[in-house]
Amino acid sequence: MTVKLTTVRAGALTTVQDAGRPGHAHLGVPRSGALDAPAMRLANRLLGNEPGAAVLETTLTGCALRPDRAVTVVVGGAPCPVTVDGRPAAWGGPVRVPAGAVLEVGTVTAGVRAYVAVAGGIAVDPVLGSRSADLLSGLGPAPLRDGDVLPVGRPGARAAAPAAAPWPAPPAELVLPVRPGPRADWFTPAALRAFTSAAYRVSAQSNRIGLRTEGPALTRAKEGELPSEGMVLGAVQVPPDGRPVVFLHDHPTTGGYPVIAVVAEPALAAAAQAAAGTPLRFTLG
Amino acid sequence: MTPEHPARSPEPLLEARPAGRHALLVELPDAERTAAFHAELLRRRAAGTLPPVAEIVPGARTVLLDGVRDPDALARRVAGWEIPPNTADDGDAVDLPVRYDGPDLADVAARWGVAPDEVGALHASYTYRVAFCGFAPGFGYLTGLPPERHVPRRATPRTRVPAGAVALAGPYSAVYPRATPGGWQLIGTMPDPGPLWDPARERAALLTPGTRVRFVRVEDAA
Repeated sequence: MTVKLTTVRAGALTTVQDAGRPGHAHLGVPRSGALDAPAMRLANRLLGNEPGAAVLETTLTGCALRPDRAVTVVVGGAPCPVTVDGRPAAWGGPVRVPAGAVLEVGTVTAGVRAYVAVAGGIAVDPVLGSRSADLLSGLGPAPLRDGDVLPVGRPGARAAAPAAAPWPAPPAELVLPVRPGPRADWFTPAALRAFTSAAYRVSAQSNRIGLRTEGPALTRAKEGELPSEGMVLGAVQVPPDGRPVVFLHDHPTTGGYPVIAVVAEPALAAAAQAAAGTPLRFTLG
Repeated sequence: MTPEHPARSPEPLLEARPAGRHALLVELPDAERTAAFHAELLRRRAAGTLPPVAEIVPGARTVLLDGVRDPDALARRVAGWEIPPNTADDGDAVDLPVRYDGPDLADVAARWGVAPDEVGALHASYTYRVAFCGFAPGFGYLTGLPPERHVPRRATPRTRVPAGAVALAGPYSAVYPRATPGGWQLIGTMPDPGPLWDPARERAALLTPGTRVRFVRVEDAA
């Protein structure tokens, strides 16, 4: 007897995410997966799930879910109000949701993406070994719509970890450490200096494919497009408008705009929680 | 460490560029040597002599090695490789049936300086190789067209190109695995494009980098 979750309110953008489907980039398949991967893993550990069990990733406005049997959930990532049938419940720790009750994950008070982990994990069918929704190429389950029903897996025998680790706060200022290359030579020396010294802001146009920025345009030393080349997670691509874009998990596997630098992967969790307008600096390191 | 350079060093055949803490972008002089380097990587990985690499992603003139423990060490290693050129029978081979009935057949014929009904026979006369994938899962960029058959993209992309469309752009030929917007010149149709991409299959993509491809002309069903 497995639990089913009915989507009472899908929210602005709620997707199923796990550790993604790395290893298929050479076929044009994005890696996908939870943008704030440490938040996904912590929520799962608090339930005794595998760290990469599938969770729900919400965007700004949360979601509401109704299980047909009692389940235990953890809501973490971006801080937000949590209620069960209207009564306040814990954020960041296990919450018991009775059969037929409504778990309401409210609008975030900071950050962008809240994660809803369920004991047993979301059990939609995997595609290429992953249950993640890939919004660039459409692999995996579509974003949630009101009324969608999600299967939940059987909880494992693993013990739930105590809530020892704190949840990091969403960044008031986003500082992204970068290493130059592979195409830093496509930019003028002035642009390279500006890139690591200027004040940028996180653009409202950001999504799961890339964190877009507002700030000084970076001037190229070379014109034209590169022949298509492989792109890594965290690549800072500079399109013709000169505003750097940091590639997140649904990024295209190949691209033709030059990559000025690459952000260290551990910093991308904070990038996933940086709301539009957050001050942003790129630093060498 | 100061590497010793011979008095007259030859043109370097590859350049390893940094791509973050765990990746390396290896750039080669042309598509042929890129294909040969990619084939060498796959041979060494199959032989167990390549350090662990999570992703080997070829591009037009590059191969990205992602998920590498020590990119600098790997860069030094690949710089010393002797890489044999690809031979005509390297890699898997697949035949793709095509009806040459695309809406841009006349435009392509004009650029090629041939009659529209000659385009199909010419296109099917060349042998192709998947240089790299991208744009969509299972979308392979096929090299093999001689330079006089290269055509530009359409000035205005189509909002919808149907699955199975056989298309040309620049040095490449391709078959769209599913309906997407697209700016390539459409010359034909693969009648059943389903096999191009099937994530439930052990090998999800039919056209993987390095695969040799022949287009086989089929007659109109009508």
